[in-house]
Amino acid sequence: MSKSADGEIVQFDNVGLRYGAEREVLSDISFTLFPGSFYFITGASGAGKTSLLRLLYLAQRPSRGMIRMFGDDAITLPRARLPALRRRLGVVFQDFRLVPHLSAFDNVALPLRIAGAADKDVDKPVRDMLDWVGLAGRMDAAPAALSGGEQQRVAIARAVIGRPEILVADEPTGNVDPDMAVKLLRLFEALNRLGTTVLVATHDLHLLQKVPDSMIMRLDKGRMMDPTGALRFPPRRPSVVKRAPK
Amino acid sequence: MSRKLAKSSGLASGWRPLAGGAEARLVPQTRLSGPMPWVIAIMVALTVIAAATGLSLRNTAQAAAAELSGGVTVQIIEPEAGARARQAAASIAKLRAVPGVASVRQVPQDEVDALIEPWLGLGGNESEADVIPVPALIDARLTGKVTPARLARLRGAIREVAPSARVDTQASWLRPVFDAIESLQWLALALVGLLAFAMASAVLLAARSALGANRDTIEIVHLLGGTDSQIARIFQRSIGIDAAGGGVLGLALGLVAVLFLGRRFASLGAGLVDSGALVWSDWLLLGLVPVIAVVLATLTARMSVMRALRRML
Repeated sequence: MSKSADGEIVQFDNVGLRYGAEREVLSDISFTLFPGSFYFITGASGAGKTSLLRLLYLAQRPSRGMIRMFGDDAITLPRARLPALRRRLGVVFQDFRLVPHLSAFDNVALPLRIAGAADKDVDKPVRDMLDWVGLAGRMDAAPAALSGGEQQRVAIARAVIGRPEILVADEPTGNVDPDMAVKLLRLFEALNRLGTTVLVATHDLHLLQKVPDSMIMRLDKGRMMDPTGALRFPPRRPSVVKRAPK
Repeated sequence: MSRKLAKSSGLASGWRPLAGGAEARLVPQTRLSGPMPWVIAIMVALTVIAAATGLSLRNTAQAAAAELSGGVTVQIIEPEAGARARQAAASIAKLRAVPGVASVRQVPQDEVDALIEPWLGLGGNESEADVIPVPALIDARLTGKVTPARLARLRGAIREVAPSARVDTQASWLRPVFDAIESLQWLALALVGLLAFAMASAVLLAARSALGANRDTIEIVHLLGGTDSQIARIFQRSIGIDAAGGGVLGLALGLVAVLFLGRRFASLGAGLVDSGALVWSDWLLLGLVPVIAVVLATLTARMSVMRALRRML
């Protein structure tokens, strides 16, 4: 896993984001992600969680500040090198973003096929993954034929099938029942134990209790807060607060 | 779980293209069912007809130029029939003596009558005084081209025995016809260019429309690490198949039209038209039209998709 000398794989420094001429939706965001850690981003609806994740999974460039990923400056990196960075990420989108005319199987297989895997190397991992998320019997179903919870599980299976170095999940348990939510969190933890850095955005505070070793980042009105509510800048990973073990 | 995940981990750094089947599945395939194959078929058919016309005109011009390049016509313009015949005979003898003259023949009176018949009629029982004097025609063929110097030498030689004779190269007679043929060739070439441009524009619109309709899918593939080339190949493939289907149909339609027109013109029995018949290399060129159409369509699709993708991060 490539990372900078300090060991971080993601570093945001004084990042701001605005859409058009509107006011900034993210301001002075600074934090560092370390390999193999588990993070939650919390905050009320509209706090800027999804915008922050869009910067993380390279769907958006910031208006200002610096973002480093895997040792590269993600802002000035040539466009041709961005797909290689994106393949090191797994993303669970809030709205799932499944390809509507592909089956559940083909949706989950998509990252492997984009990476150039042959069909024989795709079949078994995809079947195993769909089996694990409880959709073994729904492999051929199109997204429109799946319930919201099933679509979310397909989206999660697609995000983790390529064993990404960073898993970014935007409200991944929003449409599943509590048992499935716990099961999915266990999957994220399993990935985390294998070395994947996991970052989950959620407004469900109960979820935070379920991963004791996680670290929590709080967003409020587009600004990163520490647990006391005071802004921190410049950061030395202070905006990421290690939860005290129970 | 860990074993399963570890198995696929090495794939993340791969750069291979999507497997063909997977690429084809990424956008809904409307193969040969939308308007695009028909548009391409019509464009290819028109291009084949225009190209065949241009090639036929080129063949006509080349055959006529080759035939006429060494030809010289001598007209003995003498109103008195006896003197005309004497001067013609003397001119033939003189021409045969000139170095570089391959053959000389006097055009028989029957042929001359047939030539002027459409304008002057067959003639009938007119008295000798009413008969319009028609020049005697001598057709001479030189070895090699007729240069101005050679023409001047011939004129000098003829003038000694037939002072009122007129000596002209045959090519100069047909210069206006050649000019017209050349213009038509350029017109055919321009038509081929315009049709190619129209086809590229149609493909551009189709690619943009397909891009718009599949924007979400493209964005997903993009965010999952798909490269611009991978995404462009999806559309290239789809439009390439449409272009190939349309191209084959268009070629068939175009060839039927060309063969039909060829037969109609052949039945005219006119020498100049007959010489415009297409040769095997021309048919080969016409066969390349759909291939070029497929290349043009896929390139246009690729460029428009790549340009659209560059607007994304």
